[in-house]
Amino acid sequence: MSSQGLKNNVLPGFTPALGYTVFYLSVIVLIPLSALFFKTATLTWDQFVAAVSAPRVIASYQVTFGASLLAALLNAFFGVLVAWVLVRYRFPGKKLIDALVDLPFALPTAVAGITLASIYAPNGWLGRYLEPHGIKVAFTPLGIFVAMVFIGLPFVVRTVQPVLEELDREIEEAASCLGANRWQTFCRIIFPTMLPAVLTGFALAFARAVGEYGSIIFIAGNMPMVSEITPLLIITKLEQYDYAGATAIATVMLLVSFLLLLSINLLQKWSRRFAE
Amino acid sequence: MPTLGFNMHAANNHHHQAKAGASVSEPAWVRYLLVTTALAFLALFLLLPLAAVFVQALDKGWEAYLAALHEPDTLSAIWLTFLTATICVPLNLFFGVVAAWAIAKFSFPGKSLLITLIDLPFSVSPVVSGLIYVLIFGLQGWLGPWLQAHDIKIIFAVPGIVLATIFVTFPFVARELIPLMESQGRDEEEAALTLGASGLQTFFRVTFPNIKWGILYGVILCNARAMGEFGAVSVVSGHVRGSTNTIPLQVEILYNEYSYAAAFAVASLLALLALVTLVIKTVAEWKIRQTLSITESEG
Repeated sequence: MSSQGLKNNVLPGFTPALGYTVFYLSVIVLIPLSALFFKTATLTWDQFVAAVSAPRVIASYQVTFGASLLAALLNAFFGVLVAWVLVRYRFPGKKLIDALVDLPFALPTAVAGITLASIYAPNGWLGRYLEPHGIKVAFTPLGIFVAMVFIGLPFVVRTVQPVLEELDREIEEAASCLGANRWQTFCRIIFPTMLPAVLTGFALAFARAVGEYGSIIFIAGNMPMVSEITPLLIITKLEQYDYAGATAIATVMLLVSFLLLLSINLLQKWSRRFAE
Repeated sequence: MPTLGFNMHAANNHHHQAKAGASVSEPAWVRYLLVTTALAFLALFLLLPLAAVFVQALDKGWEAYLAALHEPDTLSAIWLTFLTATICVPLNLFFGVVAAWAIAKFSFPGKSLLITLIDLPFSVSPVVSGLIYVLIFGLQGWLGPWLQAHDIKIIFAVPGIVLATIFVTFPFVARELIPLMESQGRDEEEAALTLGASGLQTFFRVTFPNIKWGILYGVILCNARAMGEFGAVSVVSGHVRGSTNTIPLQVEILYNEYSYAAAFAVASLLALLALVTLVIKTVAEWKIRQTLSITESEG
């Protein structure tokens, strides 16, 4: 082995460990994912374009990406607020609430889905108060938004929290001594420092919302052209034995995921440089 | 401070403020407003749904609750869920430890690409995760005709559920252990080897004690996802009652049949699992911080 880092490394097991890692990764992840591209490659370009740009499919992109964007924006705002409150202030039950922020990671999506649907249904805990005001949440695109807020909630909190914990208080003191008021200090010192983390969390929440299925389908109503998300459309196509259509749409979704993953990686690199 | 029965302090800046005379905290009313808004948001989006699961599960009383859990279809769903997790978690645990050993303890070209690829299943939609296995093992898939000729069922059967679950839970242990082992370096292992320990001895006596809480953290999250996965499993399962339904799929069936109390009763099992997961996760995080601070103070 001639690679540089190994020269002075006396630790055993590099070759078998890396070999097994690559093998298992290929069998479980890479080969199955490549099946998607090979299947799509059997379509002609025109077939592909027709499958991924049918009006019903375009409508599903609009609902999925639009609701994901709005949900991630709301989560960015409240994520910063929750992280700030958890890091900077003391209040009773803080540790409990800190732990509970991860609930959307731990709660199975189907459970979240039926629960949110029941809360926001016209006779539900919240739905019964919203309905008389003409606000319909369950079985509308607004319901999709609510479910996406739920599943994306932890991301911004968990990316911003460590940055706020590391933030040097002396810089804030210096700003204050130099005559900045608290709001100026926040806008010019604190916020720019945590911006890369906010953007990373935003992108993670967005990516999660775009692919989400379980928590959404129960509350969405799933009306074609109105409240039908793209992952559901893939399943609908599969159930109609339209494998080519399902695969083509899935390829678009996968490419979007890759793009998001790439930008998240770049954002994380940026925030690490920021931290140094 | 006119708060609703509790006092809020700005954490750890009292002496700073006194010493420098500089304002590094917000006025009390701002703090109060921020805390209240944050808590209201969390109550609306976290506590309310959590409470709703249990309240609706017990809507028809304890007897109906227990009866719903004793339904044969539900019991077989519980069994299948445990079986799936029992297969998936050890496989991904072993992979996670091996991958973290290679990635954290050695440097080699293409390392960051490898880490990105390991993270890949997290960014793929669950529906797509299920679909790729249909494309390989389904009737119209690559291996479909061969499997049918040999009478092997993978899609719409238990092996498909297991495969899809392995895929979606693939990164959990590895992504937790890689940064943890990187931060611990390899001095301790090198010392053990110099003193004559074998490779396996070094791993079990030196590395393992340092990463055991990280392993627990990864395993508990991997298990929660394995037992709770819905989208991917839904694509490959075929929804055969009493044979290829996991707990989440059983919840869906009951809900779609308008057996709401039963659906929420079964869902409450998963909600309990989520709460237990959060407790163990919090403890593991605390222990990991402890281990890291000990390593730092020694080094």
